[in-house]
Amino acid sequence: MSRIKGCFEALKAENKKALIPFVTAGDPSPEVTVPLMHAMVEAGADLLELGVPFSDPMAEGPTIQKACERALAHGTSLRDVLAMVSEFRQTNTTTPVVLMGYMNPVEIMGYQPFATAAAAAGVDGLLTVDMPPEEAGDLIVALKAVEIDPIFLLAPTTVSERIAKICAEAGGFVYYVSLKGVTGAANLDVAAVEAKVAQIRRHTEVPIGVGFGIRDAETAQRVAAVADAVVVGSAVVNRVAENAESPEKINEAVAALLREMRAAMDAGPPQVGWFARLFGAGN
Amino acid sequence: MSSEAVEPELAAQPDASGHFGVYGGRFVAETLMEPLDELTAAYERLKNDAEFRAELDKDLADYVGRPSPLYYAERWSRQLGGAKIYLKREDLNHTGAHKVNNTIGQALLAKHLGKRRIIAETGAGQHGVASATVAARLGLECVVYMGAEDVKRQALNVYRMKLLGAEVVAVESGSKTLKDALNEAMRDWVTNVDNTFYIIGTVAGPHPYPMLVRDFQAIIGREAKQQMMQAEGRLPDALVACVGGGSNAIGLFHPFLEDKTVAMYGVEGGGDGVDTPRHAAPLCAGRPGVLHGNRTYLVEDDNGQIIETHSVSAGLDYPGVGPEHAWLKDIGRARYVAATDDEALTAFHDLTRIEGIMPALESSHALAYAKKLAPTMGRDKLIIVNLSGRGDKDIHTVAGLEGISV
Repeated sequence: MSRIKGCFEALKAENKKALIPFVTAGDPSPEVTVPLMHAMVEAGADLLELGVPFSDPMAEGPTIQKACERALAHGTSLRDVLAMVSEFRQTNTTTPVVLMGYMNPVEIMGYQPFATAAAAAGVDGLLTVDMPPEEAGDLIVALKAVEIDPIFLLAPTTVSERIAKICAEAGGFVYYVSLKGVTGAANLDVAAVEAKVAQIRRHTEVPIGVGFGIRDAETAQRVAAVADAVVVGSAVVNRVAENAESPEKINEAVAALLREMRAAMDAGPPQVGWFARLFGAGN
Repeated sequence: MSSEAVEPELAAQPDASGHFGVYGGRFVAETLMEPLDELTAAYERLKNDAEFRAELDKDLADYVGRPSPLYYAERWSRQLGGAKIYLKREDLNHTGAHKVNNTIGQALLAKHLGKRRIIAETGAGQHGVASATVAARLGLECVVYMGAEDVKRQALNVYRMKLLGAEVVAVESGSKTLKDALNEAMRDWVTNVDNTFYIIGTVAGPHPYPMLVRDFQAIIGREAKQQMMQAEGRLPDALVACVGGGSNAIGLFHPFLEDKTVAMYGVEGGGDGVDTPRHAAPLCAGRPGVLHGNRTYLVEDDNGQIIETHSVSAGLDYPGVGPEHAWLKDIGRARYVAATDDEALTAFHDLTRIEGIMPALESSHALAYAKKLAPTMGRDKLIIVNLSGRGDKDIHTVAGLEGISV
């Protein structure tokens, strides 16, 4: 069984939802990343998304764009990212790691060489933002041959027919982009997310992760109530950015955020009217 | 599927999913897949719609000023001592370049799709101006993304766009040039996709853009073919056009693709030379990859990161190129060469002094190659150079390079 599948099954048995933090590898410098990965696991992360820096990250808001720029200032390459995963695997063989990025670095390396090297490093999934399943035929074959899950995005604009087609190709989990926009946007509508997740659920047994716009423990809790996994990107990367000048503080700053999210998610879905009760503004 | 190699119909590309051989396609975030399907369907319906065609033709005639002349550059041809050089005068279009052929077409599409807001990316500002122009005319909101470096370099065009009512957003990310403006336009589009039409300025980007921009620009080649038949009673022997994204080149080339006697030369921005790190010549010195929605030749490093390009001409200063050119290169139907900054500047002066026509620095690259090509051909041979834009916008650049302040 793949690490990702095993991870989701174990969580399901405990009636818990997956917390998936994202960091850009090499941000703000390469030596920060592996210790940060371990710190995130310790703080309650179930699965890690590691961003592969790219010069032209078209789907990212300013937070992750700047993270890419910081990482690229040190020349962090796809091969460097694979080396980081290898190093992480020396002491952690259980937490799934998904690489997230753009097609071109993988194109240049070649699908077959990438798949072989990624599997050897201990990568469990690949999500390339600008690679819809229509273009991904050869890549999917290369990944599945080495048991790496191809992870695809679904969006608010994805119609039912495409949802079915994408879910049929998907491995590990599907990633629902919770809003029309770029990463780190601020207009998340949880009710709309719930409706779309229900629609996706009719098409697949694969776990459904939700990301884009999840900024704090409260949104994480509300999204966890309707999805199988909560992906937190820009909020984590912001913590890294705030401490870029004093990297020794990064692990704790990120861990603190994840611990809050973990606690809120494990406390279960927010009760109806909790806001009113807390603040005494009931009717 | 038969295993026999079948020669592809050159003029019938791309395939239904937007591929020119292995190039092109649709490499975008999932949010944009459905809007791109909608655009493709709308375009397929409208392009054969008599009313839409009539509206477009009328605009091209009365607003753009088409047909543009095919001018025999007699004095320059004689001095070069070889083939007769004809210039396709896209510089005489409204707004001063070929770009408006496409923005007129896409703005009509936007109108038919009920989108009230248009966005565009621009490098030198020519496509931005052409977009702002059609937006003004149709009463559409217009936002133009432009790299912060380009905003500084092209202050005049920034002001032109503002006069036309467009909002110009200076893009501060990445290298702050055209590729970053394109990234930012994509980010806007993915956010405002419900009410916004993205007018891409060249034959790149996700399907259907390379196809529809080409179709709108192909009027250049259709006219040129007819005009050459009238002038000389036969087809030309060679076509020469500059290639940044490649829209003016494909516009000229496409109607001639099946005419195998017609040689085609695309001229890239050679910068300091394609053997130096400072150029903008993906077809001459790059390799295939994926960027901005399509697979094509790119200027990139060994790790797949896009490298900052350089050309004296802002309109050629882009690390990618339209996928149809990538395909035409691989199958050998067109040849791609480069002209350096210096060669282009010399050609700029030549045409200005010898023919009294001041060409855009982009078009000067095509002229620079024609200058080399013509003397190698007999006097009975015919070349068409696409004079894609006029040079007024470049006067400051040229003066600056020569140490003159104007």
